[in-house]
Amino acid sequence: MSDPKECPRSLVIERIFPHAQEKLWRALTESTLLTQWMMSNDFEPAVGKKFQFRAEPQPNWNGVVDCEVVLVDPIERLSYIWGTGGAESGLQWVVAFTLTPTMGGTHVRMEQSGFGPDQIAAYNGANYGWNKMLGGLERVLGEVN
Amino acid sequence: MHAVADNIFRALADPTRRSIFEELTRQGEQTVHALTRYAGVSQPAVSKHLTVLKRAKLVRHRREGRETHYQAQPNALAPMVNWLDQYGAFWRERFDRLESLLERME
Repeated sequence: MSDPKECPRSLVIERIFPHAQEKLWRALTESTLLTQWMMSNDFEPAVGKKFQFRAEPQPNWNGVVDCEVVLVDPIERLSYIWGTGGAESGLQWVVAFTLTPTMGGTHVRMEQSGFGPDQIAAYNGANYGWNKMLGGLERVLGEVN
Repeated sequence: MHAVADNIFRALADPTRRSIFEELTRQGEQTVHALTRYAGVSQPAVSKHLTVLKRAKLVRHRREGRETHYQAQPNALAPMVNWLDQYGAFWRERFDRLESLLERME
């Protein structure tokens, strides 16, 4: 860690699921299905929709994630702002899912990027936040099965 | 979710602070004057940014005569990496659950 260039700018998790892209899209966008693998929620696949994920409160976290849908591109791309710790002092991220059909299934890429409140407004889906910070590793903890 | 990491993320979320921190990692120790010239904002603004960076332990300072010198502490980024590590574990676990959900779905 002596070289700051090794500092990660975003978190990328990738996996190939042996299922159709349409099915993945449903699991990501139907609230009842989303509850079964993420957390309980009031998600709707509509840009601008504010929703929450709710989990059991933990010592350092009240269990609430405040979200807002920023991109819905069926059945390929979905992203939402992911905020923890309340609107004022909290931290905001963007979580972006990209689904790509592949041999025998669907490749799912999840990228979680950090944002400052000042950068939310400037969100353009490609060039933001931590991407500009320090360069560094593309994949922190990526995995491709 | 993690207070120490929160401070670091918050400190670096501001573009001016980030560029001051980056300048310090590139140039080594710098005076407040030099950083003010670099950042192109007022000295009080720079001092305020440096205080936030100091609170996050991303910089440390020493006084020499009338000048205060600042130095980057890149090792202080470690909690942020640990934090990302934890989020990595979170998402991997969620993906495992997604996989079993997909098995159950029609």
